[in-house]
Amino acid sequence: MGEFMKKDQWILGIETSCDETAVAIIKNGREIVANVVASQIESHKRFGGVVPEIASRHHVEQITIVMEEALKQANITFAEIDAIAVTEGPGLVGALLIGVNAAKALAFAHNKPLVPVHHIAGHIYANRLVTELKFPLLALVVSGGHTELVYMKEHGHFEVIGETRDDAAGEAYDKVARTLNLPYPGGPHIDRLAHEGCPVIDLPRAWLEEGSYDFSFSGLKSAVINTVHNAAQRGETIAPEDLAASFQESVIDVLVTKTKKAVEEYGVKQLLVAGGVAANKGLRSALEKTFSDGKIELVIPPLSLCTDNAAMIAAAGSVMFEKGIRADLSLNAIPGLDIEIYNT
Amino acid sequence: MTVLAIDTSNYALGVALLEDHQVLGEYITNLKKNHSIRVMPAIQMLMRDCEKTPADLRKIVVAKGPGSYTGVRIGVTIAKTLAWTLNIPLVGISSLEILAAGTGRYFDGYISPIFDARRGQVYTGLYQFEGGRLEVVKEDQLAMLVDWSTKLMECSLPILFVGNDLSIHQNKIAEILGPKAKFASITEHNPRPSELALLGKDKPGEDVHSFVPNYIRLAEAEAKWLEANGKTLNG
Ligand SMILES: [Zn+2]
Repeated sequence: MGEFMKKDQWILGIETSCDETAVAIIKNGREIVANVVASQIESHKRFGGVVPEIASRHHVEQITIVMEEALKQANITFAEIDAIAVTEGPGLVGALLIGVNAAKALAFAHNKPLVPVHHIAGHIYANRLVTELKFPLLALVVSGGHTELVYMKEHGHFEVIGETRDDAAGEAYDKVARTLNLPYPGGPHIDRLAHEGCPVIDLPRAWLEEGSYDFSFSGLKSAVINTVHNAAQRGETIAPEDLAASFQESVIDVLVTKTKKAVEEYGVKQLLVAGGVAANKGLRSALEKTFSDGKIELVIPPLSLCTDNAAMIAAAGSVMFEKGIRADLSLNAIPGLDIEIYNT
Repeated sequence: MTVLAIDTSNYALGVALLEDHQVLGEYITNLKKNHSIRVMPAIQMLMRDCEKTPADLRKIVVAKGPGSYTGVRIGVTIAKTLAWTLNIPLVGISSLEILAAGTGRYFDGYISPIFDARRGQVYTGLYQFEGGRLEVVKEDQLAMLVDWSTKLMECSLPILFVGNDLSIHQNKIAEILGPKAKFASITEHNPRPSELALLGKDKPGEDVHSFVPNYIRLAEAEAKWLEANGKTLNG
C-alpha cells in the first residue's frame, strides 16, 4: 500500500489582548489563508493611549464580524478546522476575556480542541510565517509592552534569558513621544524624526551588571524628559529631530549590543525579531548591519505580522496543538501569563 | 424548540434550557467567583445532563445588562458567538427585567428590581404585569436611590423591590416609601435564567454582529472626553 497522505492541519486563531480584534486561519502552521484585523487605534487616539474599558467594548462589537470575515476569506467551514487557538495572556484582562470566551464558545459548539497561546509566543511564531525556524534560535521581542530576549532550543520551548526591569522599549517610545508632543502612537513618529536628526545629545545607556541580558529604559526616558525641561527653563529649544535621534540611538545601541552578545554566547542559528517595534526602521537597519556577515540568519517579519494579529497566534497554536497542549472550557484570561508555563 | 439562556451580568450566574413549554433545567449560583471560568462548564454540564447537543439549540437568549461591564460582556460574547456559529437567532433581555419577571407575576402593583451601582446609585426600572404580560412602566436607568424612591411616592399601587443588593438599600427605601414598599424574599433575589429564556423565547432575533450590551453608562474616559470636547465646541 502507498504512504499515508498527511492530512492538512487547519488552525483558527483569535487574538484580543490589546486594541486589535483579530482572527486568522493558518494551514500547516506556516501558510496564511485568512488574516483579519480590526484595529481600534482611531478610537484610542483621542485618549492618547489604549483605554481598557473602551478596548473591551470594541472587541464585543467586532468579534463575530471578524470571525465571519476570516472564514469567508479562507472559504472553509468549522468542519475542516482542527483546533481553536486563542491568546490566553498576557494583555488587558477585559480585552483578553472577549477572545477567550469566543474561542471557548466555538470549541464547544463544534467540539474542537482548544489551544491556549502566550501572546509573545505568537509574536515569535510570526517569523514562521516568513521562513522555517532553525534551532537553537534567539528571539528579540520588542513591543509596547515587552522587551525580551527569548532562547528556543526547539519548537514550543521558551526560555527568557533577558527582560526589561521597568519600562518596555515601546513604552519608553510612547512616553518620549508625549514629551515631544507627538501624536499617539508615538513610536513611528520618533523613528521618522530620528532619521531627520543627528544623535548629538548625550543620553545614558543602561547596561546593568556584567553578563546580564536584562534591559532598563526608565532612566533613559527620565533623561529625555529632564533634557527637555532643563532646556525650556533656560529658554533654549532642542531640535526634536536631534532628541529623537539621540533617544533612538541609545535604545538601539543597548538592544543590538545585548542581542549580539546573546547570539554569540548561545551559538544560535537564527535571530528572530518580533513585536511591534520590529517595524522600527532604525532597529531594522542596525540589526541588518550587525549581522551582515551571514553567520546567522536574521529574520524580521513584514510590518503586518509584527503588530498584533491572529495569524501569529494560530502559527504558535499549530505547534502547541502538535505538542498536545489543550485547555478545557474553564480557560481564563491571564493578564500576567508566564511564557515558560508550557515548557516540558 | 430548545432555548439556551445565559446570564452573567451580576454576581449571580445563571444558565437554563427551555424546551417548548417546559424548563428542562437551570443552574444558578450567587457567588463572587469568576464567571469566565465557570459559565462555559456550566453550559456544558447542563446540556449534557439534559442530553442536548449544540446542534439541538434553536435560540440563544442573553441578559444584556445593566450590570458588571465585564460580567455582561462574558455572557454576551458567548451568546453572540454561539448564535453566529450555530446560525440561530439571538435575543437580548434586560437584566433587570429578568428579576421583575421572576418575582412579580402574581403581585398587584409595580416591581422595581435593584442592582447597586455604588455611591448611592442604583440601576433600576419599573415593571408591571398586565394580563399576564410583563410591561415596562419606566425604562431601565441609573438613578440615585433616594431620588428614585422619592419619585415612586406618586405610585398609586404598592411597589415590590427585588435584587440581591437590596440589603444595602432596603432601610432607606422603607424610610421614604413606608408601607407602600414591599420587599421580595431572599429566595427571589437571584435572577432566574428560565425566566430569561421565557422572556426571549418568542421575541424575534436581533442582528448578531451589531449586538452589544446595554451598559447604560458610557465608559468613564468616553464621558470625560465628550465633556471636554463639548465644552470646546460650545466655546
Ligand atoms: Zn503584541
